[in-house]
Amino acid sequence: MNLFLLNAATNSLSDYLPILMQIFMAIGIVAIMMGGSHLLGPKRKTKDKLANFESGIKAIGNARQPMAIKYFLIAILFVLFDVEVIFFYPYAVNFKELGAEGFLAVVMFVSFFLIGFTYIIKKGALKWED
Amino acid sequence: MDILQIIFWILTVMAIGCALGVVLSRNPVNSVIFLILTFFAISGHYLLLNAQFLAIVNIIVYAGAIMVLFLFVIMLMNLNADTEPQKSWLVQLAGVVSGGTLFLVIIAAISKANLLGVINKETTNIGLIKVLGQVLFKQYVLPFEISSVLFLSAMIGAIVIGKKDME
Repeated sequence: MNLFLLNAATNSLSDYLPILMQIFMAIGIVAIMMGGSHLLGPKRKTKDKLANFESGIKAIGNARQPMAIKYFLIAILFVLFDVEVIFFYPYAVNFKELGAEGFLAVVMFVSFFLIGFTYIIKKGALKWED
Repeated sequence: MDILQIIFWILTVMAIGCALGVVLSRNPVNSVIFLILTFFAISGHYLLLNAQFLAIVNIIVYAGAIMVLFLFVIMLMNLNADTEPQKSWLVQLAGVVSGGTLFLVIIAAISKANLLGVINKETTNIGLIKVLGQVLFKQYVLPFEISSVLFLSAMIGAIVIGKKDME
């Protein structure tokens, strides 16, 4: 226990060894499972089994069709608010030290986003049906 | 060679190799996958520099969100094999000239710069989230606020371009 506290104070790369081990374990188990089932499982390939299908229905037409711009609009708005949330992490860690001044800075930052958010809602950019 | 050096070289080879893959692969979806791998390699470099917050943000924003946007852009195009644009040799020549000029500028800048002087061999805490927050909200608070104006303009621009006007 003491060892972990000591590591947290120094904050070097070696503290991330458990996380790395967890990542390698997760990737390794998935790779072993998928590779094992691929190598050990029986394969009986017939023309019908290899055909593309979706929900048991035969594929019709071409999947490579240009899609609607509204997916892109939702995605780009998501990215912007995602970045906003990421700016909160350094603030949350320093919340007490920064005091009122930092709070005002973040309130101003968020108010710009709120203006944008009201604009988005008023314009109906998140409305799916048109 | 100690373990950190081995990890550094693996990440470096991965980053450069995948970045070349982005440029050289014919299929745009493959390019995006290579770009994701490049971002992961750069995140690994951030971890080696003891900048864990930047590494995670790089993965969340770039590999997670920006790459989804890239995939959307690719899906907005027509990806059928017969409509693949074949550029004429004049366009290719223009690309080589402009890319070569940029390459020369970068080479000149690097050869002029004194890189060895700025390398700090001791471990620093400059990339950690606490230090980063202190610097961001005290020293660079004005750029932080200006960035929110930038986000606002990005939002409005995306809606003005992407949203049909309601008649």
